[in-house]
Amino acid sequence: MNKAKFAIAVLSAAAIGSAYAQSARDYISIVGSSTVYPFATVVAEQFGKSTQFKTPKIESTGSGGGIKLFCAGVGVEHPDITNASRAIKVSELEQCAANGVKDVIEVKIGYDGISVGHAKSAPDVDLTRKQLYMALAKQVPDPKGGDALVDNPYNTWKDIDASLPAIKIEVLGPPPTSGTRDAFVELVMEEGCSEFPFIKAMKKSDKGAFKAACHTVREDGGYVEAGENDNLIVQKLEANPDAFGIFGFSFLDQNRDKIKGSKIEGVTPEFETIADGSYPVSRPLFFYVKKAHVGVIPGIKEYLAEFTSAKAMGEEGYLSERGLIPLPKDEYAKVVGNAKTLTAMK
Amino acid sequence: MSEPAQTERDSFARVEAGMKRRRAAERRFRFFGKCAVGLGLGFLVILFVSIVGNGYSAFWQTRITLDVAIDEAIVDPAGTRDPAVLRAADYGALIKQSLREMFPDVSGRRNRFALYGLVSNGANFDLRDRVLADPSLIGGKLSLSVAADDDVDMLMKGHIDRDAPEADRRIKDNQLAWIDALEADDRLHSAFNLDFFGNGDSRDPELAGIRGALMGSIYTLFVTLGLSFPLAVAAAVYLEEFAPKNRWTDLIEVNINNLAAVPSIVFGLLGLAVFINFFTLPRSAPIVGGLVLTLMTLPTIIIASRAALKSVPPSIREGALGVGASPMQAVMYHVLPLALPGMLTGTIIGMAQALGETAPLLMIGMVAFIADVPTGVFDPSTALPVQIYLWADSPERAYVEKTSAAIIVLLLFLAAMNALAVLLRRRFERRW
Repeated sequence: MNKAKFAIAVLSAAAIGSAYAQSARDYISIVGSSTVYPFATVVAEQFGKSTQFKTPKIESTGSGGGIKLFCAGVGVEHPDITNASRAIKVSELEQCAANGVKDVIEVKIGYDGISVGHAKSAPDVDLTRKQLYMALAKQVPDPKGGDALVDNPYNTWKDIDASLPAIKIEVLGPPPTSGTRDAFVELVMEEGCSEFPFIKAMKKSDKGAFKAACHTVREDGGYVEAGENDNLIVQKLEANPDAFGIFGFSFLDQNRDKIKGSKIEGVTPEFETIADGSYPVSRPLFFYVKKAHVGVIPGIKEYLAEFTSAKAMGEEGYLSERGLIPLPKDEYAKVVGNAKTLTAMK
Repeated sequence: MSEPAQTERDSFARVEAGMKRRRAAERRFRFFGKCAVGLGLGFLVILFVSIVGNGYSAFWQTRITLDVAIDEAIVDPAGTRDPAVLRAADYGALIKQSLREMFPDVSGRRNRFALYGLVSNGANFDLRDRVLADPSLIGGKLSLSVAADDDVDMLMKGHIDRDAPEADRRIKDNQLAWIDALEADDRLHSAFNLDFFGNGDSRDPELAGIRGALMGSIYTLFVTLGLSFPLAVAAAVYLEEFAPKNRWTDLIEVNINNLAAVPSIVFGLLGLAVFINFFTLPRSAPIVGGLVLTLMTLPTIIIASRAALKSVPPSIREGALGVGASPMQAVMYHVLPLALPGMLTGTIIGMAQALGETAPLLMIGMVAFIADVPTGVFDPSTALPVQIYLWADSPERAYVEKTSAAIIVLLLFLAAMNALAVLLRRRFERRW
């Protein structure tokens, strides 16, 4: 008697489980970059409130992790959209196709600047990418001359360039898992080290050595990994006026009374300078949509329309209030067109 | 004759001489003990003061009273009173109009945007809900109290410095003037923050609430408790009372003890592989979170339950068996009720651990932005510690106080759970 009851209970539980798994998901599932997350969540919330659809669920998994989940296959258990703070790689698209994710729609949403900043109370400085590379790389070209790399000998900024203040090099930045770190290494460190001709030559002859020389950050205390939390970096900078920090532009924008951005190559990180491309450290942001899910999961088309609408992504849209740098007009028109016709990437 | 007295006196003298040292040692020991307790309490006080000090202001919210004229031409031009039409109407326009009427001399697109920025983006949804609930309001005038924008809120709470140069302030000079005018007009007031307890997560700090995360935590713990308590008690009773003592049971015991020490992220990976990838349960759902946390808390509860069973005196079992009870009756009616208080304590410790866990939830997708409040164990949801983490990582200043407020809610939840445990233990406890 009791055994029979137990068996029935187990069977019905299993039935409920599998019945659920088969039924369709009625909300959009989004994964991906932590940099795009603050923008995507605003759109998702607006979308959820102003339409009949449920609010999309957004996980912050990092760009690479998001693309991996996104490319795992087609079906309700896989996410519909992935956010990325870099363009999808060809190898990733191949992986997608191998798992049956054939048509992927790319939407470029705007730009994000990476700022190097310090406490409001500290004097203004004007840095170059070369100086930042020399301050932060594990190995730098020998200051005595010659084409050899030596362990970073610089202790103060003045050691690097006489125009810089005589304070100890201490930079708080994100750990290697962060997209901000990836972008900083690529846009600042790599550019900076390419200014040394012999390192630049290495790029052609020995790619591995080039990467090791340009991408490796010093570990002797000059660079402090401050965790993924940019707010924490802001608080630490306020307490220590001698330290510099590396963070996304939106954090600088929200905390202008506490911190300020350093000039890089003579340009201050401002909304306008990032938008017109004169500020050198900025990167495009994207999201990718699985075309096979459009029409299966309710609301994807409408979500795309909301995200690409002028009131969101446009020049004076609500995303620009949050620190997203909008696309130039002609590029924006192209993105809107693509989103309307659901044109997949080639 | 004098020989023994001599030795006696000698030993007394020696004890006397050592007495001072021994007393000093004891005093020192007590002093160190007090120091340890004092230090612990000191840190606790610092923690509470900093969290409550940062967080209490989040329970209040700056609200602005607006006189909104509900224009039929905007809300329901055809006059059908059809809910679908009412739902889709542009309530933002009404809010903006009422702000413009209050400050008629504001001109220019930029200035007007600055003016509209004083009230929260959620105001039009508040208005929509009011009109939907009572369509007779259309055509009339309504005095509506709406949440102020988070920057205004921060200014009123003193987190934005009025005297800072304008370029460094998120509230500009013209906005300051309007805020002062509103205040003089008695339209600006501070009220208990109902939104914080009624809303799900939001990217507008003034609208963000803890309810979604709280419900997520409750559903998750509900699943965890429902599965882990019966399973763990059954396992403990079998192992302690019925299982033969041999190499197999020894092996199981060692494994249970090891499992209790396994880092929680490992259970998250297991949950991802088994529940989501194999059983295709939905990502981000409390059911999966509950299952994963069940795996994590099981060993803790089993160990505590076995200890509780061990502490029941053998005379109870022997007495029951002696009057003719079967072994199962002896356990069910005599041993288990006596061991229950100890088992409950173990369960609550396990549940408290589960409540504070984020690492395994990361793997199964519960670290996510979820605005809708979950209504069941299959809905996507987050949990309280995850919400704290997400808010701590948000750029807007107003999330700093929200983070601390969420920690306060989590601590209260924990305190409530512990109080329940104490209460249950008091009720069932037997002493001998």
